[in-house]
Amino acid sequence: MKGRVLVVDDDTALAEMLGIVLRGEGFEPSFVADGDKALAAFREAKPDLVLLDLMLPGRDGIEVCRLIRAESGVPIVMLTAKSDTVDVVVGLESGADDYIVKPFKPKELVARIRARLRRSEEPAPEQLAIGDLVIDVAGHSVKRDGMSIALTPLEFDLLVALARKPWQVFTREVLLEQVWGYRHAADTRLVNVHVQRLRSKVEKDPERPEIVVTVRGVGYKAGPS
Amino acid sequence: MSGDSAASAPGQPGTRAERPVGRKTAGSRWGRLLDGGLLHGGVQGSPVIRLFMRWVRRPLLPVMRLWRRNIQLRIVVTTLLMSLGVVLLLGFVVIGQVRNGLLDAKVKASQSQATGGFTAAGQKADSAAIAAGNDSPDSDGDSVQNVGEWMSTTLGSLSSGGQGAFDVVTLSSSGAGDTRGFGPRASGGVEPTLSVPEALREKVDDGAGAAQSYTRIVYEASTGKASQPGLVIGKQVNDPYGNTYELYYLFPLTQEERSLSLVKGTLATAGLFVVVLLGAIAWLVVRQVVTPVRMAAGIAERLSAGRLQERMKVTGEDDIARLGEAFNKMAQNLQLKISQLEDLSRMQRRFVSDVSHELRTPLTTVRMAADVIHEARVDFDPVTARSAELLADQLDRFESLLADLLEISRFDAGAAALEAEPIDLREVVRRVVSGAEPLAERKGTQIRVVGDQQPVVAEADARRVERVLRNLVVNAVEHGEGKDVVVKLAAAGGAVAVAVRDYGVGLKPGEATRVFSRFWRADPARARTTGGTGLGLSIALEDARLHGGWLQAWGEPGGGSQFRLTLPRTADEPLRGSPIPLEPKDSRRNRGLSDAGLPLGGSSKLATVPAQASGDTSQVRAPIGLRPSGATPSADPTALPGSGARVVPRPTGGTRPPADEAEDAEETEDQPSQDGTEQHEQGEAFRGR
Repeated sequence: MKGRVLVVDDDTALAEMLGIVLRGEGFEPSFVADGDKALAAFREAKPDLVLLDLMLPGRDGIEVCRLIRAESGVPIVMLTAKSDTVDVVVGLESGADDYIVKPFKPKELVARIRARLRRSEEPAPEQLAIGDLVIDVAGHSVKRDGMSIALTPLEFDLLVALARKPWQVFTREVLLEQVWGYRHAADTRLVNVHVQRLRSKVEKDPERPEIVVTVRGVGYKAGPS
Repeated sequence: MSGDSAASAPGQPGTRAERPVGRKTAGSRWGRLLDGGLLHGGVQGSPVIRLFMRWVRRPLLPVMRLWRRNIQLRIVVTTLLMSLGVVLLLGFVVIGQVRNGLLDAKVKASQSQATGGFTAAGQKADSAAIAAGNDSPDSDGDSVQNVGEWMSTTLGSLSSGGQGAFDVVTLSSSGAGDTRGFGPRASGGVEPTLSVPEALREKVDDGAGAAQSYTRIVYEASTGKASQPGLVIGKQVNDPYGNTYELYYLFPLTQEERSLSLVKGTLATAGLFVVVLLGAIAWLVVRQVVTPVRMAAGIAERLSAGRLQERMKVTGEDDIARLGEAFNKMAQNLQLKISQLEDLSRMQRRFVSDVSHELRTPLTTVRMAADVIHEARVDFDPVTARSAELLADQLDRFESLLADLLEISRFDAGAAALEAEPIDLREVVRRVVSGAEPLAERKGTQIRVVGDQQPVVAEADARRVERVLRNLVVNAVEHGEGKDVVVKLAAAGGAVAVAVRDYGVGLKPGEATRVFSRFWRADPARARTTGGTGLGLSIALEDARLHGGWLQAWGEPGGGSQFRLTLPRTADEPLRGSPIPLEPKDSRRNRGLSDAGLPLGGSSKLATVPAQASGDTSQVRAPIGLRPSGATPSADPTALPGSGARVVPRPTGGTRPPADEAEDAEETEDQPSQDGTEQHEQGEAFRGR
């Protein structure tokens, strides 16, 4: 398994400890402590996953997250000391795939990282259709009328999960399990925020979604093809 | 005593007795209806009349509403009505006096004129009779003709005295034929018979002397004159032959009537002006007072809506200006205090956030280090290995304590936000129960869910509700001593409720309120072994309060306890009652009631509660036995409040008929003393997490 992880954290003790744990689990961590240098370090290290602390000197984590997301779909997991809705939602909206609240257990962290990296395993060739979109699962591409739409891996996974069973309504909990890999019910805000982001990319009119349809009181389902 | 339960703050034990909502409000609604009916002139008659009154009243309702609400309208209308009354009274008095003044003079003049006329007519007859006597009447026909001529001449000479001032009419006396030439004659084109009223003729016929009356003088059509009011004075006089005829003087009163109507018109115009002007004055005067009051009311409303910078305009130094100044001062002080509190809250929130971050980062490092050490403990000597275990365990505890503390301070700072959406509580309960299964298995407890046949949907924050229920269920399992735990769901009216019942150690009297206190421990010696931060129920209470819901506890020593969470079905809707009675039906007291204090048989559920489980059972039974059979001691009213506190049997407690009691148990709707949350003041229990 590929395992290059970039740790962006200004707390040296925590960074070192993260390094110990990650190395123990077979990852190759690299470190950067400053928000301003994070992007350069990212380009240099080409990590498979970014662990990003939200509170950083220089550019803050939100800004760094946005910059990385602007040029790459690499999974980003936020480390945050705040579990308030606003902080979490702002983080997720800036492009993070998942978040983990301090203090966390090493096993929890590793499970999240693995869940985010797991999808990199080669999928079987598969063609899916949802609304007027054509999804090539193996080729990791989504096209509308031949025009390709850029999605992050997580958004892609979300779309594929919905498209595979267009007859099924997915509760947020089920999506958390299938897409994020949570075994127990976790924060459903993750789903809400990512559905919004996905819609902003694939819907013609995000106000009136046709691809990812909300089923009130239950969850989401794929729109009719 | 056997039991007790939750909740009011020690300082203000739910002083208001719990009341079943339905029944009582129905009564008071009747009362209100009656009051309203009487106030608004309701008729207590037959239904038909009442219906009719209602039908009449309905279109008037908006007007009555305006009347009740608008003091300016009320004052102006009252002023108008009262001044109208005064003006009318004044008008009648003045007109009466003017009329009397005008007529008195006219009548006197007319009377003397008429008297003169009558005398003249008498003299003419006498002189004619002397002349006729000399002439010796020879034939009847001749005399008749002579009388007719004489009458005409007399009429002419009598009326010639007052050209236009009066007219003269002669009529034959009743009974006398027309044949003798006494046919009606009149001067000035007057219609003789129509102008003289019958009543007056009768009076004159009696011959008592002169008589007078008011009348309308009617003129012959040929003259083209309109009839006019007049005074008529009549008398019986003799003609030259000694026969009587009636002589009437008619005095037109047109002039007087014209004067009178002029006075009336003037008075009416003046009166109208006065009334309208008074109304306008009242309107202006009231406006001066009402406008500032309305302005104050409007600004007070805006202030309370949060626009704290609103102020009244103050001009002058009068009372209104003083009101404005005082008002503005109040508003300013309020604004100051509120902004101080907001600052404080913001600082607190900031502080919590900072502490949170500052504590959590090193804690994360420690936690990870501890885990690494813990993983490697097999390689250590026993002392170090045990230390590593202790370190990891206590770090867990430290973490949950920190998390709870931060959560509580978030509530204290008012930073907790509700993210309500419609959720099915059955889902939440299912998740909570499955999450608690491992613990339940360890304890040998079975968790049963009751009332989950239909959806129980409410607008609520799933995360918080789940936290509350997890807390309650875990508590019930931990304190249930291996007996069943029953989770009951119900929905009714505008509320949904989840009750968690256990049959464990229960609560001692007074503990039901204290379980919600922060860091409160039921049994300090025992508590340490079960872990928990001591903040669980406090947080649960805050969560319930954030929803506008209630969290209440009931329990009896040795008989178990029940915790009930009640949430409004839609957010922001005030709770009026709970679908589940706080005291479960299988409480000892309720069973004691039904079985006359005998240890119950009953269902398997009941059987899980050993009646003699704890030593205090006899203590419990005694008061039940002592009770008079007719009246059952019920919950102590002062302990019943929404606060949920309910002290079970109390020999001296208020009594209630059993029927009432049963109903209570069936559909209890606990009315909280205030807004349903107040009463849980300072709850926080140790039995947490």
